[in-house]
Amino acid sequence: MAGVGSRSGVSYDARGLVEPHADMPDNVEVDGGRARFDASDLTIRQINMALRKLIYDDGITDVTILNPASKHSLAVGILKRCRIHFEGSPGWFACGLIDGPEVTINGRVGWSVAENMMSGVVMIERSAGSLTGAAIRGGDLIVKGDVGARTGIDQKGGTIIVLGDVGINTGFMMQRGRQIICGNAGMNLGDSMYDGEIYVAGTVASLGVDCVPGDWTDADTELIERKFRIHGLGDPPEFQKFVCGKVLHNYDQLEPSERKLVIH
Amino acid sequence: MCGIAGVIHRDGTADIGAELTAMLQSMKHRGPDSTGYAVYGPADDLVVIRFVLAEPNKSTGIGMAERLERNRAEVESRLAKIGAEVATVTNDTGYAFRATIRYGGDLKALADYLEDVPGCEVLSLGSSLEIIKDLGDASTVSDQYNLGSFRGTHGIGHVRMATESEVDLASAHPYWAYPFADVAVVHNGQLTNYHQWRRRLEQHGHRFQSECDSEIIAVYLAEYMSRGLTLETSMKHSLDDLDGVFTYVCVTGNQLGVAKDEMAAKPLVLFESEPLVAVATEEVAIRSLVKREVETRDPYEREVLVWQV
Repeated sequence: MAGVGSRSGVSYDARGLVEPHADMPDNVEVDGGRARFDASDLTIRQINMALRKLIYDDGITDVTILNPASKHSLAVGILKRCRIHFEGSPGWFACGLIDGPEVTINGRVGWSVAENMMSGVVMIERSAGSLTGAAIRGGDLIVKGDVGARTGIDQKGGTIIVLGDVGINTGFMMQRGRQIICGNAGMNLGDSMYDGEIYVAGTVASLGVDCVPGDWTDADTELIERKFRIHGLGDPPEFQKFVCGKVLHNYDQLEPSERKLVIH
Repeated sequence: MCGIAGVIHRDGTADIGAELTAMLQSMKHRGPDSTGYAVYGPADDLVVIRFVLAEPNKSTGIGMAERLERNRAEVESRLAKIGAEVATVTNDTGYAFRATIRYGGDLKALADYLEDVPGCEVLSLGSSLEIIKDLGDASTVSDQYNLGSFRGTHGIGHVRMATESEVDLASAHPYWAYPFADVAVVHNGQLTNYHQWRRRLEQHGHRFQSECDSEIIAVYLAEYMSRGLTLETSMKHSLDDLDGVFTYVCVTGNQLGVAKDEMAAKPLVLFESEPLVAVATEEVAIRSLVKREVETRDPYEREVLVWQV
């Protein structure tokens, strides 16, 4: 099917599929098990094509992408253990649906970074947009700056660490996992959460429905100190802990048959 | 899903037509149906009017050229009758016109008188505001209206994906705050108390060009400013009065302001430096303007920010 050109330089076929005839970039430098390429003049599809070829076909385990220039949907769906480094800022939906990679981003990211991450580490040196870590299942997501609204909405596992502030509805309907917020939290923290823990070192504008202060345990201290240590984040501040009040959603009181439906 | 953008140069004029085009084109995926600009050139003692005499998709056909010419002559005739001295009239497309006039009278009366001509819709009126909007992406509209050479201090733009109203000029953003000179708005979101506010504002004598909820914001803000409130205070009031999820950018003759609703549900990214402030729905639009790594941030819920030229 012939490609249809557009003035943005990105082509679509008659069905609207993007770049049906994208060329593999020819600016990839490989050095042993490492590779790097400049994404300045590449389209989203070309960047992801190059990344996937290096990781899946060429056996490269360490890829550096220079100048991502806020392009969307980079490094999505990578399911292998590897290292990916962005020198610059990706746009929206970066590193979604990953299972295994260790990603470092020397920049900021747009909305929905690491959405649905299964495992791995995503470390962001600057700030992030809204919906950071939406629905993550596992892994560690660290943002060294501030993040927008709805951080970890629908979170099902894993750990989100934010060294700065978070916006409204952080932890909305989270079901498992942990959020460690070193700055301030906006309104409706933990609204309608089912389970999990949210730790906040700064102020909380307001708690959401059924989010209540939780009892601190040694396990909380151990978890936070361990996460800060392994990610080189320095000494953790003191936190307040917030959990589900189990009034709105209380799966502890389900019948065994109902628990099976929810948990499995 | 639409895309909005704004840019303000605090140290003088720049190629804001080309800048906004680059920003809007980078967000084409957010709305390819229509593109609009509200740009501010250097103010002088002339009033600038942007008006259309037909919808672009209804501007051709048997007898249409003659009708457009007849209505254009009628507009000029009415301008003369109301006491406006026409300095220039240019026609970019056959149906969209730009006129500069010397006129010291009531702008509302002028707009109403012109819009009484069949098919005429006044897109903007003011000493420096010019609203240009048409169907298609930003590059198409920019080429059509020669916006690449437009210099000014600030402006806003919008790419529209039509969801709840027609793909036409009446539903395209930005909206001029009829009948207040030099005030315009672009908006991304939905207002759920649109009809309530429309009735209230109509009771105050305002009329609306469209069925689009975004037009309410422009008129609402201009109404408050006409009572002596600042743009910033008016925008803060809007967060209490307007219901729904929204992010909007408002511009006046010398200011650009952004507001986010209390749910912060709609995206906006901000880049601020001493000479330049740029806002956009997505970072990629900022990067199309500033070709280097810069610090940007998402304004939080209920945040109102205003910058001055």
